[in-house]
Amino acid sequence: MEVTTKSMPYDAWKDNEYIESLVKELQDNGTNVIVGSLDKLINWGRSNSIWPLTFATSCCGIEFVSLGAARYDMARFGWEVARSSPRQADFIMVAGTIVHRMAPVLRRLYDQLAEPKYVIATGACAVSGGPFKKSYHVVMGVDKVIPVDVYLPGCPPRPEAMIYAIMQLSRKIKVERFFGGVNRQEKQEEFLKNHPIEGAED
Amino acid sequence: MADTQEIIAGLFPEAVFEEGDILTVAIDDAKWHDLAKALRDNPQLSFDFLMTIVGMDWGETLGCIYYLDSTKYNTRIAVKVTTSDRVTPALTSVSDLWHIAGIYEREVYDFFGIVFIGNPDMRRLFLSIDWKGYPLRKDYDANPDINPVPEENERQSDFTDVYTRDADGKVECHQERVFEENDFVVNIGPQHPATHGVLRFRTAVDGETIKKIDVYCGYIHRGIEKICEGLTYPQTLHFMDRLDYFSAHPYHHCLCMTIEEAAGIQISRRAQVIRVMMDELSRIASHCLFIGTFCMDLGATTMLFYGLRVREQILDIMDKTCGARMTFNYECVGGVMQDLAPDFVDDVKALLKVIPKNIKEYDKLFVGNVITKNRMEGVGVLSRDNAISWGVTGPSGRASGWACDIRKTAPYSIYSELDFEEVVRTEGDSMARFKVRMDEIIQSARILEQLVDNIPEGEYCVKVPKVLKLPVGHWFRTVEGCRGTFGVYLESDGTTNPYRLKLVTPSLPAAAVVDSLTRGGKIADLITIGGSLDYIVPDIDR
Repeated sequence: MEVTTKSMPYDAWKDNEYIESLVKELQDNGTNVIVGSLDKLINWGRSNSIWPLTFATSCCGIEFVSLGAARYDMARFGWEVARSSPRQADFIMVAGTIVHRMAPVLRRLYDQLAEPKYVIATGACAVSGGPFKKSYHVVMGVDKVIPVDVYLPGCPPRPEAMIYAIMQLSRKIKVERFFGGVNRQEKQEEFLKNHPIEGAED
Repeated sequence: MADTQEIIAGLFPEAVFEEGDILTVAIDDAKWHDLAKALRDNPQLSFDFLMTIVGMDWGETLGCIYYLDSTKYNTRIAVKVTTSDRVTPALTSVSDLWHIAGIYEREVYDFFGIVFIGNPDMRRLFLSIDWKGYPLRKDYDANPDINPVPEENERQSDFTDVYTRDADGKVECHQERVFEENDFVVNIGPQHPATHGVLRFRTAVDGETIKKIDVYCGYIHRGIEKICEGLTYPQTLHFMDRLDYFSAHPYHHCLCMTIEEAAGIQISRRAQVIRVMMDELSRIASHCLFIGTFCMDLGATTMLFYGLRVREQILDIMDKTCGARMTFNYECVGGVMQDLAPDFVDDVKALLKVIPKNIKEYDKLFVGNVITKNRMEGVGVLSRDNAISWGVTGPSGRASGWACDIRKTAPYSIYSELDFEEVVRTEGDSMARFKVRMDEIIQSARILEQLVDNIPEGEYCVKVPKVLKLPVGHWFRTVEGCRGTFGVYLESDGTTNPYRLKLVTPSLPAAAVVDSLTRGGKIADLITIGGSLDYIVPDIDR
């Protein structure tokens, strides 16, 4: 099963192994025809209308604004409904540096997101601390605080790269089992435990 | 300068004068408040603008350097006050003389642990209440186990420390409430779309009327000043992109100028012209984004797309020459990183053609609108005296009638040869702040027009020693960033790393003044005022 989105050719994706491992697991476990079809329908809808939370701490946030404007126009993909309240959003695009004082706030925002929820760590600071590696007040990567689904490097990443990252997220959504428990918190935690992201611990 | 020295020596015979690029006075702490009062109030001196307070750790002594400007005579003076007590250092506060001093003193307290006696609000500014140690001291222990990443919410306090000196000269500390006991306090931020980032306003409200705002910063404090102390001079440059990411070019320009001045490097005329052109391009791009986000705060979402249209065109020009859309790291010590892209001149000319049309469009769409007028005219009026006392520079200061453009008052690079006007308005309200920025776009375009056909030939970067060491000394330079006066204080001990690099940013005063502007206003006005001051949160917190 070749999982792709927005008419991107399957071979153009750079990391198909991860998605393929998810697909394999999905197929191995098997499911009821009706539930499986419903899953597919719901995931099709979910993956095409993921709403971001307006969350920006620094430079990357401005590129996110550019992404929303006419030139890059994320409305083409159904992501333009940026919500200011975490209760209404599907994912956080952690755009910018997270510092000690902000870490509990980010954690709370993540907890306030309704299930199923996703996180994209945008930019070098959110991925690993980036240029502020030597700082006394910067959290060295948001994965110390919340689980991350997609890592997006760059300082700041170009809007095209952001489009690629959100597309990756929508691909991931497509291979989830919505009725299999993705929409429940305990299952989400278990899922993250069983799917460690390589290199995240280094 | 000699006159100033004579007047001060007449009033305070014990003051010690140091030679340097500007007059530096060293004074004992006991006399400092009297000297400060004289400096501000003496009509022959009238140093009414406190540019910054540089906290310093010289090893054995701690201290502060106060940079004061006279807006009347256009002169500058530095005052040095030191204390040899490293355990309980205390200096006299001057927060009763300059409004902004209160915030700057809190910053020094946060970084160096120097207590200011008489400051009515002696809390930490950027770090949490429970933070151990003072990070910019040279003996600070940066072990992450001492200050781990917090998992729980930060401890909050309704109280603030106030230090006073009793009749015997003993320092006493007591606690006072930040708000009144029965105040209803609402948090606006840190996660709020109208704070332009992660700034938090603790707002005491009476119904919809604002009684007091406590500006709570530090949600993006990255400790750039401390990191820079461990890096070589060329390595410190790229942090300038990440402070105020819209004024990346002017900020780079400032630090490069400071290092070049210290090292005695003369850069080529071509590099100077390129730098000035980049500064002005970023100014236009920054003001365009301001128009977009400010109007969006007021509910006019479509203006964002109009504003970003011009910005994207400028980013393309930058992209071709600098290789990046935002964090360029283009200016370097000795000139610029690489030569201009072949179609730079054509692109700039194409941009200059569309700017007047766009300004006309903005006027037609937004400025004349009756809702716009009702929400902006007369809202958040900042008088000239208050602008100076709060240190609000840049377009916001000029909207209050304070001619504070560094490009005119202390021209650097090639600005003295250029023909442009300093935009000054007198109303001081949100509308004036908006209009000043619109007019500055036109003036920046004028500068670009003069330069675009006159880019001289020559080398774009002169030869600089591979290992750059600066002589012992200190330097202070300012430039006009997109949001106001940006300054760099650089102290060198003769090695390859800066001993102290202090960044003076325009956004901290702009955020500090929000309290006095919004008092008695409505919450909706807070959005207008905050938007029109156009602060950038990473620039506040550094």
